Amino acid sequence: MEIWDGFTRAIELLVSFDPEVMRIAGRSLIISGTSCLLASLICLPLASLIHFRQFRGKRALISTIQTLFAMPTVLVGLFVLVLFSRVGPLGFFRILFTPYAMVIGQILLISPLLLGFTISALSGVSREIIDTATSLGAGGFQTIWLVLREARYAVLAAVIMGFARAISEVGCAMMVGGNIRGATRVMTTAISLEASKGDIALSIALGIILLLVALIINIALNRLQQR
Amino acid sequence: MTLIKVTGVTHKYDGRPVLQNINLSVDRGDMFALIGPTGAGKTTLLRIVDLLEVPGAGEIYFDGVRIPQSGKQRLEIRRRISFIHQKPQVFNLSVYDNIACGLRWRGIEKNKIVSKVDHILEMVGLEGYESRNARTLSGGEAQRVALARSMVLEPEVLLLDEPTANLDPVSTTKIEQLIQQIATQRNTTMIMATHDMHQGQQLASRIGVLLGGELIQTGNATDIFHSPQNEQVAHFVGMENILEGVIVANDEGIATVNIDGVAIQAISSYPVGKQVYTCIRPEDITLALSSTKSSARNCFQAKITRITFIGPLTRVEIDCGFRMLALVTKISAAELNLQAGAKVHATFKATAVHIIERKASQ
Repeated sequence: MEIWDGFTRAIELLVSFDPEVMRIAGRSLIISGTSCLLASLICLPLASLIHFRQFRGKRALISTIQTLFAMPTVLVGLFVLVLFSRVGPLGFFRILFTPYAMVIGQILLISPLLLGFTISALSGVSREIIDTATSLGAGGFQTIWLVLREARYAVLAAVIMGFARAISEVGCAMMVGGNIRGATRVMTTAISLEASKGDIALSIALGIILLLVALIINIALNRLQQR
Repeated sequence: MTLIKVTGVTHKYDGRPVLQNINLSVDRGDMFALIGPTGAGKTTLLRIVDLLEVPGAGEIYFDGVRIPQSGKQRLEIRRRISFIHQKPQVFNLSVYDNIACGLRWRGIEKNKIVSKVDHILEMVGLEGYESRNARTLSGGEAQRVALARSMVLEPEVLLLDEPTANLDPVSTTKIEQLIQQIATQRNTTMIMATHDMHQGQQLASRIGVLLGGELIQTGNATDIFHSPQNEQVAHFVGMENILEGVIVANDEGIATVNIDGVAIQAISSYPVGKQVYTCIRPEDITLALSSTKSSARNCFQAKITRITFIGPLTRVEIDCGFRMLALVTKISAAELNLQAGAKVHATFKATAVHIIERKASQ
């Protein structure tokens, strides 16, 4: 009965656009969106570089990146916490328990995923396409840009996967954000806290929004893969 | 004037030699055909000329300039050359963007690009296809996009690698017409690789035969098809009658060759005692029911051993002391009522016989 009661109250919160729910959801989207955007800006060129350059240890590097796909979120949280804690090497930035720290954590978390999937997206572009571009007089960067465009659906899919992992993780956001109400409280940390406090309704409402985001992402991915 | 010069080019893939000491020069405005079977190294040679690959040894000269092994100059030279690959590789972009990309990479102004692309689309007959994704096109259409994409750059050199290998006969004809049109209109220098010797014969002003990584013979179509330099080339260019013999007499350039006890007259300067291959193109042999008076020096009574029909032609295998193959039209085969076991007279001129030296090792 408690679940049913919580569910109906959650629907109420959603249809009435409860300001607290909307603020938390909005903060989640902004933090994870920013992480995803910044991570993409770093990882897409870096992935191109790794893919197009031949160097020693390339295979080992790619294997390492793929291993880090499964990196536990709390491990990233711990790393950022140690780095940015008051006594840590980057403590002078004083950004621990702010959205900035959360964004940094999420960038670290999703970068391996973005790198790995972008590299495999680029590998999907045949040698012949690259040769054709070279033949037609493309310079180094022009070739890289063309190959990124050739693989654009697969690259975009990688970006979407990165966003999905960022918005759904809780460990890192909790550890480096601290779940401070009105500042660093995002959907996942709120669900975790409110549920343990017994406020099932808010958790369910946020859970539904998270699932909706997941659904939208899924539809977008399916659309892309059908192209 | 020599535009492209290849000297002593040798190349290996994983230790396996694919090109051996290739020397080749192509004049400006020439249409050069590289013919050879699959795996002879044609594509590799084109890739090296397009500066996509650096040869293991040897030099490439373009317009008198020696090409360095790396550096910016390669890109500059490459931008004067275009390469149409065997399988048309269109980018996953619109037809317009496909054709415009090379111009954009060269930093051409936008309005100039628009007019150039429009013009070339018209030339290859793809007007109205601008916004179609090039990946949705048929093989023939994609090959035309590839051709347009290269032609719009107005290259000095066009390299074509089996441009019609994957196409149906109608598309093949279209592409061949376009190639000829380009060759005459723009005086573009072309090197075309093909395993189809007839295509080479039809389109090219000069032909090179590439066999097993070696450029065995270069010359015009008549040289290659009627005077192949060795047995391998003879085989490849369709000399189906290659008979081993020995020269037994030579009377001022008219040699008599003994083949399994039968004497054949041929034009040759080889001396008596020389081991030779005697080559006769099957279409140069005339078959008749009775021994007609003819200026041809070689006339033999023969027995038909086998008849096969291929398209408009009939292949007649005959035995006149040695085995030969003759090609006659279907109509004359019917008129002569050719049948296996029947007796015919086979006639061919001494000039139709091509003599190749047979080395002891062969």
